[in-house]
Amino acid sequence: MLKTLFTTSAAAALMAAGLPALAQDAECPIKVGVLHSLSGTMAISETTLKDTMEMLVKKQNEAGGVLGCELEAVVVDPASDWPLFAEKARELLTVHDVDVIFGNWTSVSRKSVLPVIEELNGLLFYPVQYEGEESSKNVFYTGAAPNQQAIPATDYFLEELGVEKFALLGTDYVYPRTTNNILESYLISKGIPEEDIFVNYTPFGHSDWSKIVSDVVALGADGKQVGVISTINGDANVGFYKELAAQGVSADDIPVVAFSVGEEELSGLDTSNLVGHLAAWNYFMSADTPENEEFIADWKEFIGDDKRVTNDPMEAHYIGFNMWKNAVEDAGTTDVDAVRDAMYGQEAPNLTGGTATMLPNHHLAKPVLIGEITEDGQFDILSQTEEVPGDAWTDFLPESAVLTSDWKELGCGMYNTETKSCVQIKSNY
Amino acid sequence: MTDIAAPSSPRGAFVMRHPSVLIFLACLAIFTVGVTVLSEGFGIGVLSTSFIKTLGKTLCLCLVALAMDLVWGYCGILSLGHMAFFGLGGYAIGMWLMYARTEMIVVESLSNAPLPPTPEEISDGIASQIFGVVGASDFPPIWGFAHSLPLQLAAVVIVPGILALVFGWLAFRSRVTGVYLSILTQAMTLALSLYLFQNDSGLRGNNGLSGLQNLPGLDSVSQDAVSMWFLWGSALALGLGYVFCAWVVSGKFGSVIRAIRDDEARVRFLGYPVEAFKLLVFTLTAIIAAIAGALYYPQAGIINPAEIAPIASIYLAVWVAIGGRGRLYGAVVGAAFVSLLSTWFTGGQAPDIVIGSFRLQWVDWWTVLLGLSFVLVTLFAPKGLGGLVDLITERRSPDRHGADLGPDMGSLQEREAEK
Amino acid sequence: MRILARFFLATLAICLSLPAHAQNADAPIQQIMQENGALIAESSRRTIGPAIDALAASGLPAAQMLLERWQNKELYLNEETGLFVFGEEVDRDTLRIFAITDGSEIGVVPDDPYDQLRPNSGVRSMIGAALVQFQLNAPDAATRLTALDAIARDAEPSHLTALRAAIDNEPDAGVKAKKERLERLLTIQFAEDDAARIAAIEGFSGDLGVDVRATLNPLVATRLEVSETEPSGADIARTLTPGTDALPRAQAYNLLVEEGLTPPAITASDRRNALIANVENGSVAGIQVADLNTEAARDLAYAELARAGTVEQLATEADVDRALAAHFFFERFIGASPAVAQAAQDALATTEITVGVARFIDLVMDALSLGSIYFLAAIGLAITFGVMRVINMAHGEFIMIGAYTGYVVQLFIPNYTLSIVVALPLAFAVTFAAGVAMERLVIRWLYHRPLETLLATFGISIALQQIAKNIFGTQARPLTAPDWLNGSLVINDIVSISYIRIAILVLALLFLALFLFVMNRTRLGLEVRAVTQNPRMAASMGINPDKINMLTFGLGSGIAGIAGVAIGLYAKVTSEMGQDYIVQSFMTVVVGGVGNIWGTLVGAVLVGSVQKGIEWMTPSNTLAAQTYMILFIILFIQFRPRGIIALKGRAAEA
Repeated sequence: MLKTLFTTSAAAALMAAGLPALAQDAECPIKVGVLHSLSGTMAISETTLKDTMEMLVKKQNEAGGVLGCELEAVVVDPASDWPLFAEKARELLTVHDVDVIFGNWTSVSRKSVLPVIEELNGLLFYPVQYEGEESSKNVFYTGAAPNQQAIPATDYFLEELGVEKFALLGTDYVYPRTTNNILESYLISKGIPEEDIFVNYTPFGHSDWSKIVSDVVALGADGKQVGVISTINGDANVGFYKELAAQGVSADDIPVVAFSVGEEELSGLDTSNLVGHLAAWNYFMSADTPENEEFIADWKEFIGDDKRVTNDPMEAHYIGFNMWKNAVEDAGTTDVDAVRDAMYGQEAPNLTGGTATMLPNHHLAKPVLIGEITEDGQFDILSQTEEVPGDAWTDFLPESAVLTSDWKELGCGMYNTETKSCVQIKSNY
Repeated sequence: MTDIAAPSSPRGAFVMRHPSVLIFLACLAIFTVGVTVLSEGFGIGVLSTSFIKTLGKTLCLCLVALAMDLVWGYCGILSLGHMAFFGLGGYAIGMWLMYARTEMIVVESLSNAPLPPTPEEISDGIASQIFGVVGASDFPPIWGFAHSLPLQLAAVVIVPGILALVFGWLAFRSRVTGVYLSILTQAMTLALSLYLFQNDSGLRGNNGLSGLQNLPGLDSVSQDAVSMWFLWGSALALGLGYVFCAWVVSGKFGSVIRAIRDDEARVRFLGYPVEAFKLLVFTLTAIIAAIAGALYYPQAGIINPAEIAPIASIYLAVWVAIGGRGRLYGAVVGAAFVSLLSTWFTGGQAPDIVIGSFRLQWVDWWTVLLGLSFVLVTLFAPKGLGGLVDLITERRSPDRHGADLGPDMGSLQEREAEK
Repeated sequence: MRILARFFLATLAICLSLPAHAQNADAPIQQIMQENGALIAESSRRTIGPAIDALAASGLPAAQMLLERWQNKELYLNEETGLFVFGEEVDRDTLRIFAITDGSEIGVVPDDPYDQLRPNSGVRSMIGAALVQFQLNAPDAATRLTALDAIARDAEPSHLTALRAAIDNEPDAGVKAKKERLERLLTIQFAEDDAARIAAIEGFSGDLGVDVRATLNPLVATRLEVSETEPSGADIARTLTPGTDALPRAQAYNLLVEEGLTPPAITASDRRNALIANVENGSVAGIQVADLNTEAARDLAYAELARAGTVEQLATEADVDRALAAHFFFERFIGASPAVAQAAQDALATTEITVGVARFIDLVMDALSLGSIYFLAAIGLAITFGVMRVINMAHGEFIMIGAYTGYVVQLFIPNYTLSIVVALPLAFAVTFAAGVAMERLVIRWLYHRPLETLLATFGISIALQQIAKNIFGTQARPLTAPDWLNGSLVINDIVSISYIRIAILVLALLFLALFLFVMNRTRLGLEVRAVTQNPRMAASMGINPDKINMLTFGLGSGIAGIAGVAIGLYAKVTSEMGQDYIVQSFMTVVVGGVGNIWGTLVGAVLVGSVQKGIEWMTPSNTLAAQTYMILFIILFIQFRPRGIIALKGRAAEA
């Protein structure tokens, strides 16, 4: 309480001290909407992000706010209920009049929110890796597009591990489906024959993995190195990795690279049997940089728990928030259109070193990391690429290859380069 | 305890004999007018559009609760599958909404092409727009009628109707009753939602159909107005549904289905085709549920398989039980009360309760409270909130000399009770 | 890349000024490392080869240790001096370093200038392959086995000679057998002499091992080729006819196009582009552009253009047929010489049936295992629902409570074996108590209102789930099996079953026996049956129905708790795990026939087999398998509402 009082008065003092010229178009306080589920199935993942946002807002207020205004986090709970996301987004934009929203985890919740955000011209920062094939004027995607996670990981399999036969295992929903479609055509373009790609989809929370793991092992019978690309989501990973261990499949025999297993998920597992399996992200908690050390220390202090881990979507919010703050300061207003224009080319430090850049297609350029699971539930970073520019429309599906997104020059998120026309201004939801 | 099985009377007499219908319609009308006056779209703007949408959706939930009350409270079939029909109705209307909106976008974008588009190109364009999300680009056969609003509107009624008819026919024919039937309907719901979860199902898997709040061709109309249209539509549907249900349960038909609820075997011995009655009620209520769903999902904006999950149907039973089974206004009150309360609690508006160092957050504990209150209602207040009305009007259950009031203690037909 | 740049700077620095560790830098092994420093720092499988070869071929005594420790990620690079050392982490900021020449300790230093080299598993396996020459004759049997594993993973021709030399003086019989087997596999792959290869192949006849098939399959690899003349030669595996399953028409035609033997087919988009290119004055070949809004009109316009010779003629079906008929399609062996390939093909053919049978046995075992899991989950229900006719929708939550009990016990007792021993009875006790409490507080008021029991227990189920979420969170919690339950019983490379599943099967059978014993041989069972059939009569015989109901319900719930521990061990512990089993459990009981434990058993096996059968038919979509399984059960119940083993007579009416 004392602290808040102090910062408020500090901010007031700053403004009184002759900064009114800076406090232009923004109505104080500047409201930051946080649209993450605090209850329901997604709560565990999304609550962390809500806390991250509250921490970032608090830190920014301690540093004097933005445009001389105090920031205020407006938190609502869409309760892992997809229609409720749309309702809450409308409430944030019309009732609370927030200037920006940070939120969503699942693709379906984003698709639910999109029409509302576009209708009311809001601004959403989406922090999670996703399947791409979308570019909305009102959304900045700070998570990885497929070419920033899936493709580099597949390259790693092909080049570093010499994998010749692929098992694409995923939970049956949109992200794995689309990612696997992209990977299939990518692999075929790399000369992997179609019969050497095994695809399987399982329901959410699947637990009986014996047959699928046997099938994967049996793939090795024609003498080719087998690798598993896993888009298995959430709880189902527990049973999957247990079954791998039970059948004695080690990372040296059949490596598994996962796109949805991070530090947070590993805390639900005994990792001693998983050592050596891989994950691809844009961030690992083990990254050895001063920014990351500071971030982890701040996080542990804010949450008051020394065992809490950090993960990739948290870094995405960190980058997104810093970029938005810079853009607001550059634009001198929180007006959505002005901020959006100021966002292009905006740079912010990554926690893994280097800087992320916001591209005109509303995606980030950031590095891709491959890590190996270690005994203590962390990742050993094996490789880190240069900054990879995120691609909204993949080059490896025929329908998308001709599309491009450029909001700065073309003013279109779905531009057909073949017919040189904008397919649509609103996004496809 | 007068003429329970009275022959159906002329219309005026029907309303006169059921003053509760008039009262209900009056309340609904006052509510609708009040909301309109307070709305952003057509009134003074006290109620936000997002709240209007919540109210509109609640009206649809009341309608499906009416259907549930008819099948459970009056006919004694505890169906745990009516939200599946609700969802199917939503899917049917959602297909047209998505198709028509996407078609406009595609035609617009192709109009700039050097060659005029062929029907095949338009169709391919729509398909890749809709199914690009799930990595497909062809229309599955079930989208064959999606281009036509009348056909999809027919599908809202026909698809759930046929599913209910076939499922009901199989189940009732085999004399599957009571808890077995409940579990079977739950399994049906589970199978349907698992099926829809598959991307191959042709309804976009887990993503479902989205952007339904944008009516095709009405981009210029603001959601403030659209939400009011749907609220009016939902209120109208609820009013009609209520009158219809009241009419169904008031006549001889109503007496027979209540008799089936209380003792199926006796009714059969009396020569009534019990299975046919049950099948009719089951199918009819499925259709009402589907219509409610078709009105609900354009307001919600998105429909996906999670909406059909078995838990949704259980909540439906909870609403009806808490409101009071076997009385139509009970179902409506229960659905409105519980779902609005639920919104309020999970919305984070309810103040936290601090007990010592422990902080009880309603977001976390609301479901526990709901579950337990459900147990308590079942145990101690089988009449639900409707029981309060009985207290006020001093209505008592008929004296059956110690015997139960039928297998469903909570079910109470208002005219059966004594003043 | 950053590391690389720093490395070059560092090397430069060494050359200019003599560093502190002069004696270290001069050592021959350090020299080799410096020469290959850039490659080692980059650590990519594609480029690392020369560096590993240089070390392995150096003949230096220190090379083996260096390779081993590099493989174990213990090699560090000092970015300031550019020298390599071994290191082990003392804490987050400090490092204990050792000389790479002899492994002697240098001291404890801050880790700032040191970069750990983290070879990826591709590089590690290459290092392993290079280490083989040192390890094959190592005194330690475990090391020799490591070497054999390394060969099996990443075999090189040079290994064959090394391996042959290492067989004779192998003291350990087990290791020797492995060496011999591996030698034969390498012979098949690398021997110069075809006769030796064929002999080795024949030696493996009938062997089901994945390694054998993995060795043989590359030998029979073929390439699809096409020629205008009839192919001949021993290396022709088979000839194909276009239009069959083995070679669809489109594929055959594509091959012709690829080989440049026919012009490519013209696609719809090619056609559109051709039309656009030929628009003149708003019309194409005399047809107005505005009229080109059907496929037929575009076909016509294109045909007009083709007739005028502006664009290429469309290939008709007849053209395609003619082109296909004019060529021969065949597969050519490319993996090995024809004789070897033929031998390998024969060997594979002999195992084909055995492999199929083994797969089937494996599938049956999977089905049995799944059936036993369903049975275990359902056996508590068989008591509460089957015997007492109480619908308990919170049964799944009792399973969950059992699993969480196991998790909590493991928090306090770190020894996994002991914790399981404690957890099983404790889970029983906890869920027994929960069951008794629920029976006393709720269910006994509702014995004559089954529908309301169903609803009330639903309420409890919802509340329990949320309470578990509030306490343990929605994230899955670890419940780890003891080591002796890890791994699996391997019968051959195809048929195997994990020990944990065997344990569940045994547990299920134990409970079946327990159930039969309690119901048929004990006083409690007698009283339970009496109370179920006629409570008033039983009461007048001096049985206390209240007490019996309470105990029976507690027993059913307690067994659910134990099932929870078992299920948590093999899968996951979450607040929603009960939901995964509740519908299936009820289905199992109903399909089998209510009130008959054998029925439940048959039901569980049936449900498990049907699910695995459907999974086998739709290998890429497990979700579909679950959907169709439930549909199957719904239909089954419609046609046989009393289940497989239906009770007859008076008991059926109870």
